[in-house]
Amino acid sequence: MSTMATAASSPSSELLATSRNQSPLRVYVTEAKYEIIKQMRIPAFMIPTIGFPIMFYVLFGLVMPSGGNNARAAATYMLATYGAFGVIGISLFALGVGVAVERGQGWLAVKRASPLPVSAYFTAKYVTTLVISTVLMLLMCIIGAVFGHVRMLPSQWIALLATETLGAIPFCAMGLAVGYLAGPNSAAAIVNVIYLPMAFFSGLFIPAEMLPRFLQGFAVALPPYHLGRLALDAVGVEPASHAPGHIVALLGFGALFTIVALIAYRRDDGKTYG
Amino acid sequence: MTNAIPAAQLSSVFKSYGDTVALRDVSLDIAPGGVIALLGPNGAGKTTTVKLLLGLAAPDSGSVTLFGNDPRRTSSRRRIGAMLQVAKVPETLRVREHIDLFRSYYPHPMPAADVFAAAGLDGLEDRKFGDLSGGQRQRVLFALAICGDPDMLFLDEPTLGFDVETRRSFWEQIRGFVSRGRTVLLTTHYLEEADALADRIVVIDHGSVIADGTPAQIKQRVSGRKIRCTTRLAEADLRAIPGVTELRYDHGNAELVVTNAEGVARELLWNDESLSNLEVSGIQLEEAFLALTGSQEAA
Repeated sequence: MSTMATAASSPSSELLATSRNQSPLRVYVTEAKYEIIKQMRIPAFMIPTIGFPIMFYVLFGLVMPSGGNNARAAATYMLATYGAFGVIGISLFALGVGVAVERGQGWLAVKRASPLPVSAYFTAKYVTTLVISTVLMLLMCIIGAVFGHVRMLPSQWIALLATETLGAIPFCAMGLAVGYLAGPNSAAAIVNVIYLPMAFFSGLFIPAEMLPRFLQGFAVALPPYHLGRLALDAVGVEPASHAPGHIVALLGFGALFTIVALIAYRRDDGKTYG
Repeated sequence: MTNAIPAAQLSSVFKSYGDTVALRDVSLDIAPGGVIALLGPNGAGKTTTVKLLLGLAAPDSGSVTLFGNDPRRTSSRRRIGAMLQVAKVPETLRVREHIDLFRSYYPHPMPAADVFAAAGLDGLEDRKFGDLSGGQRQRVLFALAICGDPDMLFLDEPTLGFDVETRRSFWEQIRGFVSRGRTVLLTTHYLEEADALADRIVVIDHGSVIADGTPAQIKQRVSGRKIRCTTRLAEADLRAIPGVTELRYDHGNAELVVTNAEGVARELLWNDESLSNLEVSGIQLEEAFLALTGSQEAA
């Protein structure tokens, strides 16, 4: 009576079925669209991740410096560093805290039981980070140009925008690793504990050159240092010749965090939370 | 002929989480069509069974199939819908947006208007999830599960924490879905719920299937009553009364599990005029599980 059925149709027939029934891209687009809407409607996410970097930039980059060219230089410098600070925060909170919480509360299980490709779920979170990072950077650039009198070549504005948004990707991977290693209740605390000291020691609040010498060596080992330097390169402060080294460093950190996240994802597979 | 392939099947499945054995040697064939209820106390292995069938966890040994295929395949997942125990759903999306998103996961989704109607969400489409009541939230989760117009629906403790009225109206929604010829697997620890909805009840406890049958068959085994009394009747006499399935006797204090409380009580009073402290009560489900486990070990 109970005939044992075995799973034996080839993976290629499955791929064919996918392309016949619907455009696989559509799911990715819809998932990303609603992830952005969802995230932008959470005040507890938007206020700290958008508000704090802008507030810090206005206070330390625009209000405190005084005197003509010096003030303009400070406003330009800090547009790069507080921009980096901002996009890193968006990445860590959107992915780190977001994934940990949805995983812990059982929501990720509902998604995984559906036909949604797991990759679409994570891609949507990356895309959301890029979009919100772009919004933050546009706001900061406008504020810098209008109130800080920041003046740059169009190519420099574009380079800054591209550096900050694309530079957020390794930090998405870092967030993902934290989100999978940390429990749902501790993820936010862990992200905060990592985020602020890491930004400080990377020279995003005060220039790394002003830190004690032994801390300057330490900064090189921190991923935000390299994003900060690349952003400074984009606005013409850091010598451009150093850029390849920083890019390699960010790619390396990104790969490392992705591997950690994948291992944690595998380890987590089938476990129950919440 | 097509009925030869079960909608879902577990064969000799073992599953442990660390030192905790969740399922031990569970085999289950679920035929297409109708409602099957997995009934059992908390921690019995019901949710684990659902997770295995949904491909959210892998068995340590044994095999799990959905429609004869690996549950993790996209083609399998397109044919099912799942309502799981979720602590929190993204609260800033509106009901309509949640439904729209989940419909996009399926090649042939149910029209949105039908989903709202089937889940009893009419008029709530533009509410944000965070603004809904507990019962309304469960209805949204049900709606997400039926979005893909699935052949089989998994409902893990769908009415946990509902009041009686909400529970009954939710049952109507489940019945509406089944009436389209679909298969539903439901977990519950309410015998009443399993009885009201299911064509077949599988009782599961400590990771093993301890009973499997129609609601009538299961009820007969677990819906007994308990009689307590102080009597001078001998243990053997008590045991001889028709309808007594279990007896605990200690110095004149008797505790009987019976199938027909009225008949047994009449018999007791007839045979022992001095009988006192007579007390009749329903069996708690937990005790019923113990009875089932006991009878299985004896068999």
